[in-house]
Amino acid sequence: MSSITTAANTDAKSSGQTAPLTLLSIRNVAKQFGKNIVLRDISLDVAQGEFLTILGESGSGKTTLLRIIAGFETASAGEVWMGEERLDLQPPYRRRVNTVFQHYALFPHLTVEQNVAYGLRVANRPEAEIASRVSEALEKVKMSVHAKSKPSKISGGQQQRIALARALVNRPRLLLLDEPLSALDANLRRQMQVELKSLQREVGISFIFVTHDQEEAMVMSDRIALLRSGELEQVATPREIYGRPATAYAAQFIGHTNLLKGEVRGGTVRCGSLSWPVSLPDGPALFSLRPENIHLASEKSATGGHVRVRGKVRHQAFHGATELIRVECGDGMALVVRTAGSGGALHDVELEFSARDAVLVRESPERI
Amino acid sequence: MFSRAYKAAVTLPPLLWVTAFLLIPYLLMFCYSFWSVSASQTIVHSWTLANYGQLLRVSVYWQTLLRSMWIAARVTIFSLLLGYPLAYFLSFYAGKKKDLFYQLVIIPLWVSYLVRAYAWKTILGSDGVLNTLLQYVHLTKHPLEFLLYSPFAVVLTLTHIYTPFAFLPIYAALEHIPRNLVEASHDLGATPGQTFWKVILPLSIPGVVAGATFAFVLSLGDFLAPLLLGGPSGIMISNIVVSLFGAAYNWPLGAAISFCMLLLVVTLLVFSERLEKKWSFS
Repeated sequence: MSSITTAANTDAKSSGQTAPLTLLSIRNVAKQFGKNIVLRDISLDVAQGEFLTILGESGSGKTTLLRIIAGFETASAGEVWMGEERLDLQPPYRRRVNTVFQHYALFPHLTVEQNVAYGLRVANRPEAEIASRVSEALEKVKMSVHAKSKPSKISGGQQQRIALARALVNRPRLLLLDEPLSALDANLRRQMQVELKSLQREVGISFIFVTHDQEEAMVMSDRIALLRSGELEQVATPREIYGRPATAYAAQFIGHTNLLKGEVRGGTVRCGSLSWPVSLPDGPALFSLRPENIHLASEKSATGGHVRVRGKVRHQAFHGATELIRVECGDGMALVVRTAGSGGALHDVELEFSARDAVLVRESPERI
Repeated sequence: MFSRAYKAAVTLPPLLWVTAFLLIPYLLMFCYSFWSVSASQTIVHSWTLANYGQLLRVSVYWQTLLRSMWIAARVTIFSLLLGYPLAYFLSFYAGKKKDLFYQLVIIPLWVSYLVRAYAWKTILGSDGVLNTLLQYVHLTKHPLEFLLYSPFAVVLTLTHIYTPFAFLPIYAALEHIPRNLVEASHDLGATPGQTFWKVILPLSIPGVVAGATFAFVLSLGDFLAPLLLGGPSGIMISNIVVSLFGAAYNWPLGAAISFCMLLLVVTLLVFSERLEKKWSFS
């Protein structure tokens, strides 16, 4: 068992709530295709009503993990539990889990309405109930006017909503979403992110959302499970994973960061021309320092606990509200700094940051 | 994109080919069907509807046409009943052996038609493999006579020969069904059986229609299987056309029958094309 579950638990406690009920429990799941190991020893709990995002690059195994939960793949090892029920021994059509597929997978020979009714119809629900639940679901995703259309006649964004309605109409205990927004253009995508999140709050169903887009993950999730080459790198809230990344990979994958490789000796870390006090044992150490935590030093603020360094600006990129500048600080070390628009070209600058913003990160996730 | 001269150079040869070897012969056949044969065995080039009248009046002609259609219909049904499960198995369950099985279906097509028809003769004949076996295990005392030289033999042989033609378009249609639709169906709670009837079968209809059309049209026009294995009761319409153009020397009547068959087949093709369009959703 990795340290990851513990992190999730402390998080729930620290926010002052009673620990939420666990809905889905993934226990030591591994998967390999032939000699190719796709997932190794994944353990992860999903709480009732939680929006959990599985974030990772392509090839990290995120879709495979989702397919194991849905039942389209069988795990090579490990178990998946939903409450008291062993989920991974059930065929997909017996699991109270529904999926929104990456390319929606709407049935082309059925109308929008028939697509949404599909799950209820195969479950032999009475016609009157099917009719009312389908129209309710279509209303919820604002697609009632397209009820009689064929999927090929509506746009990608609309197909997306139908796929969502088709899954939710069955009132699953868990909804799986496999990069459902990846085919939409940027504007529609942002709009759908907001809609999806508010829909999830409204229906109160647990969502497991798979994406490679870290911004999307940050905006929507209660918690993010960062997956790297088949292993969980960190599972935490977006704020925690951004502010306190556990590993160098997590720090770099989510947002920009400066990675500082230093050497601790006698309670002080040295890192090129920088040094600040730490309470760590002697030896090498790696720190993540976010660009927005480094400031252009103003003359008056020379307070304690601040680390100062002089440097030459090598590159300056205007991003609207902020500017990213790249500063060379000697010894071949460069820092990326995010500042409020400076209003002009910069040359020689003095930088300062607070020592507590330099977060100690590991090279790779810790395993017990 | 392409120059006019290039387009002309590309389209002209096939157009000429179709005109010279299809359109003109059909037109000629159409004309012949209104001519007649004189007592001195020469073609009389004066227009008459007599051939079509004879077709309707003489019962052997339209009865044979009906029997041919009935044989073709049975061949179609049996080819679909064999070809569909085979295609379904190959497409969904054969896994890595898919290519091997596919080749096994295709290879018989490389064997000469005559060889395959003769093979059935040696199997079904009164001294054939099947009758010998049946007598050996004492299931029958005398060889079963209905096996060879009967419509049964023709249907069996044609089914054997044309099943790959029904199989191929069905297989292609099944291969084109996105697998995530099957997963979506399972995900929504449909059992494999429900998924077959509600998703896989409807989406493979174009292939079924194309396969059925192949099997029906090809077996309707067949004359070798009835010639070799049909006997007097298994004669098909093409055998009559062959004899009218040959020994009987009545080209106009043969042309009239051929034209009727052509009309039948073209109607069928138009109909099946419409059906395929109605059921395709890509």
